[in-house]
Amino acid sequence: MNSNEKRQQDNKKLGFKLLWIVGAALLFGFALVPLYNVLCTVTGLNGKTNVIADVTSNKVDETRWVTVEFTSSVMPGLGWNFYPEQPSIKVHPGQIETVNFVAKNNTNETVAGQAVPSVSPGLASPHFKKIECFCFKRQELKAGETKLMPLRFYVSTDLPKDVKAVTLSYAFYNAVKPAN
Amino acid sequence: MSSTTAAHHDEHHDHPTGIMRWLTTTNHKDIGTMYLTFSLIMFLVGGAMILAVRAELFQPGLQLMKPEFYNQLIGVHALVMIFAALMPAATGFANWMLPLQIGAPDMALPRLNNWGFWLLPPAAILLTLPFTLALFGIGDGAIATGWTFYAPLSIQGGMGVDFAIFSVHLLGVSSVLGSINVIVTILNMRAPGMTLMKMPMFAWAWLVTAFLLIATIPVLAGAVTMLLTDRHFGTHFFDAAGGGDPILFQHLFWFFGHPEVYIVLLPIWGFMPQILQTFSRKPMYGYKAQVISLWAIGALALVVWAHHFFTVGMPVPALLYFMYSTMAISLPLAVLFFCWIATIWKGSLSFETPMLFATGWIVLFGIGGLTGLVLADVAADAQYHHSYFVVAHFHYTLFAGGMMGVMSGVYYWLPKMTGHMFNERLGKLHFWLTAISFNLTFIPQFFLGLAGMPRRIPDYALQFAEFNAISTVAAFVLGLSQLIFVYNIVSCARGGKKATDRVWEGAEGLEWTLPSPPPYHSFTEQPTVK
Repeated sequence: MNSNEKRQQDNKKLGFKLLWIVGAALLFGFALVPLYNVLCTVTGLNGKTNVIADVTSNKVDETRWVTVEFTSSVMPGLGWNFYPEQPSIKVHPGQIETVNFVAKNNTNETVAGQAVPSVSPGLASPHFKKIECFCFKRQELKAGETKLMPLRFYVSTDLPKDVKAVTLSYAFYNAVKPAN
Repeated sequence: MSSTTAAHHDEHHDHPTGIMRWLTTTNHKDIGTMYLTFSLIMFLVGGAMILAVRAELFQPGLQLMKPEFYNQLIGVHALVMIFAALMPAATGFANWMLPLQIGAPDMALPRLNNWGFWLLPPAAILLTLPFTLALFGIGDGAIATGWTFYAPLSIQGGMGVDFAIFSVHLLGVSSVLGSINVIVTILNMRAPGMTLMKMPMFAWAWLVTAFLLIATIPVLAGAVTMLLTDRHFGTHFFDAAGGGDPILFQHLFWFFGHPEVYIVLLPIWGFMPQILQTFSRKPMYGYKAQVISLWAIGALALVVWAHHFFTVGMPVPALLYFMYSTMAISLPLAVLFFCWIATIWKGSLSFETPMLFATGWIVLFGIGGLTGLVLADVAADAQYHHSYFVVAHFHYTLFAGGMMGVMSGVYYWLPKMTGHMFNERLGKLHFWLTAISFNLTFIPQFFLGLAGMPRRIPDYALQFAEFNAISTVAAFVLGLSQLIFVYNIVSCARGGKKATDRVWEGAEGLEWTLPSPPPYHSFTEQPTVK
């Protein structure tokens, strides 16, 4: 029976070794969260462009026109109106522009919201530079308050030639989790 | 009192009787039987759910149920069929047959094995309990997101989502334990002389499956845990308002979800060549090529997941990568198909029930594979995504490729397990009814998908009415003909013509050298393989 006991030992040992793979896979699953965000930011995939751009070099390419379109939506759970003052604007690449969005709190209480931007086509998103944006931080509106929310941006000159129009979309979310 | 102490001694034949036997057993045959029985019961439960869905879809308009309840039925149907019917069936076969096929006295870690099984019934109860609770006015029913738990819908869902999350945790622990057991058994417990390259194909396929399981199930467990903390503890993994990303959930889910397809199918690709060679009375074709293909598919399965959501707005380079890598899987799979066909080529075929299912399986699973190739094409997928074409495609792989494969295995090994022959006429009737009604159910769904009918809707436009009516009638025939299967299994377990040791004329392998049914403890002296 000695060989039998030895085999049981071996089995247990291998079983515990395999548990390490399970643990590693679990860690890998959670590691995918930061990895995914890093990959998106590095490559500009998924329209993730929520960073402050610098304004050091702004030579303007006056031979080109690009249409920038704005869309907005308010997600369920946020009792606001939210829309751009103008639906679109024509710009030269490199030229800094300011547009305003209007937000109005229709509820009787102070509510904080967070706007989440997305740029399409996705390939254009690294070339859409925001200098100042209300989406960089949470915005608070008092009951019934209306606020103009400015966005300063430019489209960089290395925007691919075949892109004639860029759409910037904002979704405004309730920044505080609603208590169930 | 001496008998209770002796019960712990595995060399003796006495063990607790009645319910205690099944609760405490560490015997691989008992546990295998429990897995297979559980699988059969859940197959009927999941089938009943989808028949209710088909009944609702019989005519346009809402006749039988509210859309919310409809959504719950389709999601729970999928979870039940995948996690509680197909996977336990494969694990049941592994428990019953792996030790017999590799000449081992039992599974390597018998206590773990017992625990692995007994996690399943609580998981199934957790999954379906919200249906019952809703009847008493508690909560709003089971998970209604479909089986994929997509955020943000699953973040907003009712408590059925929480039940499903905990159920998935339990099912995951159970599968991981089962997989560790299988790997240890295959690597440590083979009979002297049985080198890896002499192992039965079933053992090879299960080895790949088990490694896939322990690499991917923890990722799913992590993903649903993040969902749970998003729902209740204020994290924002998938919540865009807090800087999270719902698309991340799709990546995490399908990193598990795509290998899952192969986890369900690989064990069947393992025993199917054994069935084909038995009824062709000639050796399996291309053993080495099959082993290499199984590993190639296992490896590729881990790196193609994003083809499940091509339409989510990925950049072109990612689309191209996932398209080509997905299509690359068809190469090793084509090698397998070639080997299966070459195995029966010019053999002395006879068509007993297992062989009927096996040959039908090759054809129908082939259709499932080829329609998958269509969906792997990014340009075509833009049209077919989330249509009934997808539903028909994955039922050709998971019902024909999965369930009908399992049925083939059941008929093949049932005489070995019970010691009795089943009713051959009823078996053949079961096959023909299943094969015909299955095609009548799902071929119309291909057409519906091409015509533009979306998935997961309880009501549809008028022009889809005829095909849906055909599909519903055929689905009821398909569902009812499974009662023949149940009857045949039960009556075979209770009695019938004695089965010989070899059972089938051309059967090869260690399990056929044992009596039918095999003694409670087999291979206490390991056989030597030359």
